[in-house]
Amino acid sequence: MRRTFLALGLIITIIAAMTGCTRRGSNCTDPGGVIKIGVYGDLSGQTSSFGQSTKNGAQMAADEINARGGIGGRQIQLIHEDDQGEPGKAATVVAKLINQDGVRALIGEVASSNSIAAAPNAQDAKVPMITPSSTNPKVTEIGDYIFRVCFIDPFQGEVMAKFAANTLKAKRAAILFDSNSDYSKGLTRFFQESFIKLGGQIVSEQAYAQRDRDFSGQLTQIRSASPDVIYVPGYYQEVGVIAKQAKQLGINAPLLGGDGWDSPQLWDLGGEALNGNYISNHYSVDDPSPAIQKFVADFKAKYNGVAPDALAALAYDAVMVLADSIGRAGGTECSALRNAIAQTKDFKGVTGVISLNAERNAIKPAVVLELRNRQLVYKETIQPGGASAPPPTASPSASMSPSNTNPPANTNATGANTNASPAANTAGGNTNRSNTNTGAMNTNR
Amino acid sequence: MDTFVQQLINGLNVGAIYALIALGYTMVYGILRLINFAHGDIYMVGAFAGFFIANGMGLAGPSWGGLLVVLVGSMITAALVGMAIERFAYRPVRKYSRMTTLITAIGVSLLMENLFVARFGGQGRGFPQLLQDRAYHLFGNAAISKSQILIFAVSIALMVLLQWIIFRTKVGTAMRAVSFNLNSAKLMGINTNAIITFTFALGSALAAAAGVLTAQYSPTIDPLMGITTGLKAFVAAVLGGIGNIPGAVLGGLLIGVAETMVVGYGANFGIASTYRDAVAFAILILVLLLRPSGLLGTTVQEKV
Repeated sequence: MRRTFLALGLIITIIAAMTGCTRRGSNCTDPGGVIKIGVYGDLSGQTSSFGQSTKNGAQMAADEINARGGIGGRQIQLIHEDDQGEPGKAATVVAKLINQDGVRALIGEVASSNSIAAAPNAQDAKVPMITPSSTNPKVTEIGDYIFRVCFIDPFQGEVMAKFAANTLKAKRAAILFDSNSDYSKGLTRFFQESFIKLGGQIVSEQAYAQRDRDFSGQLTQIRSASPDVIYVPGYYQEVGVIAKQAKQLGINAPLLGGDGWDSPQLWDLGGEALNGNYISNHYSVDDPSPAIQKFVADFKAKYNGVAPDALAALAYDAVMVLADSIGRAGGTECSALRNAIAQTKDFKGVTGVISLNAERNAIKPAVVLELRNRQLVYKETIQPGGASAPPPTASPSASMSPSNTNPPANTNATGANTNASPAANTAGGNTNRSNTNTGAMNTNR
Repeated sequence: MDTFVQQLINGLNVGAIYALIALGYTMVYGILRLINFAHGDIYMVGAFAGFFIANGMGLAGPSWGGLLVVLVGSMITAALVGMAIERFAYRPVRKYSRMTTLITAIGVSLLMENLFVARFGGQGRGFPQLLQDRAYHLFGNAAISKSQILIFAVSIALMVLLQWIIFRTKVGTAMRAVSFNLNSAKLMGINTNAIITFTFALGSALAAAAGVLTAQYSPTIDPLMGITTGLKAFVAAVLGGIGNIPGAVLGGLLIGVAETMVVGYGANFGIASTYRDAVAFAILILVLLLRPSGLLGTTVQEKV
């Protein structure tokens, strides 16, 4: 008798759980009230600087929106989840955000591998997900509910290839990539294709694994190939050590990287060894445009004087784009919200003007920054292929940099030059050169 | 040629670190027949202790005095941690089967890793650079950096010191006696508990030195840094013949060189450089199959 009861109870529980799931899964209508948005990222793992920046940037956007009365009178609430930087956990916390918290949209992740792992859950539940900063193309290919507000790696790889070939006049490049990361592998491929197309040669290609702490073996092989530049599209944790060990081996070729280097922690890891290296990034904190300077000042005021890195700025933009879309959709009904996000056009964000294309990717320019004495110093802006003029927000002059280490000779020649060369670009893109020691001149291909 | 020499330097450098850690494994095994799986985490504790000492002293720039204080301070801290682990985790279960102590060791290892993650977060931290690092050119392209020289110098000095302690001091004689036979040693009036504690302290101090030295060479420390390094040092100890002190050093150097050569030249033989970790464990399997006692291990060996 007791067993029957037990079995009956179990069956009822299972049915209840199943109906519960279906109800939530198919719940596309806007429940009204406070709009819940899930933000997930690495808050305690290897790349926790990424997650913290994203969390801070997103929260600042949400607070600003709420302070000015919310979206159509409705407040928004961010629910932050930690995935410890692991793809499996990213998928789990996204399922939790959707099923338990009932979020109407998702912001995350930074690392492409984590976004790729989590996105199918969002897609299946028809919860729009905007990744602020995952640049691997595969992320948005997962489905029509997945968006991003940053550029993608084919462009980012091309930017560095162009910078290496045109500005640094490099002929021989070596690559040292992270074999655990989709981001790093993607960038490696795209850099390689572009660099070879520009007449360069890849003289050595070496891999490392995340959590490696000794790169001397790879760097020694790279050194023996005597490259002009070394492309290291990794994350800051390893890059700091790589830069230091490269110097220990007496390698003087500059290291080139991507937005994965951007973290305040990078300087603690690499120190002086980072000077003279270059990265491609989404924006520059030195950009004198009032919108950016206001954002930087507000962010510093809110978070104890820490300057926002690109990941914070992108998270801020992602929440702003989402809020704008919710406003245009008139709520969070899932297909209406999805369509509204997809139609985002000429949205003026901190990281540039955001328009989403048919692949749900943002088409934006990239900046090249030089690492110098714990600063990211603006070098040049590279436009996406076919764009004719640099957007106003993305053309700061190097002379505005707070770093006082710029040789004085550079100061005024370059400021004018940066804005002076937009029209002459070719199909591949346009390189505005500024602030180099070899003299200021345009290097339009 | 210069590339090969460079890879050899790199490999010996990594190997010296493995050797320092392997010494701790092998000494504890020699005395207790216990594989102290928490030993890799002692290496991590040593690095963290060095980090906090350096920051506590406000050391930002390079200084030899500061480096010495950090090195010695972290060795003392780690020695105390090692002694505490022995006293509170291993001694209470020593009377049970060896399997019990082995599982306890794994438990202690997980406890320390997760305690540190919970307390300090999983992200890496930059270790203060106490050495004005630079490269010295040897010939061709081959170069050796100051931090590499430091690793060689300190590890050789510590190994000589260890050799002296074991063969020239009273406590060393007692250690050797305990490693031959714990019960007989006790009957001869040796305070075996004290000797075991001392062995843990000695091994832990060496691991901490390895932690600080590594942190000068590759300046990132994180709570999980001891896992792979510790396992490789364990493999090194087994390769050399666990329980055998020169064996641990030889094993460490061999593993270090082997994995660096895989990174350097593996591609020529179709082995990707990311297989470097696999190589250490492949060596472990081969040793266990072909020569379970290790390169220098024989049945009659002084085990300390």
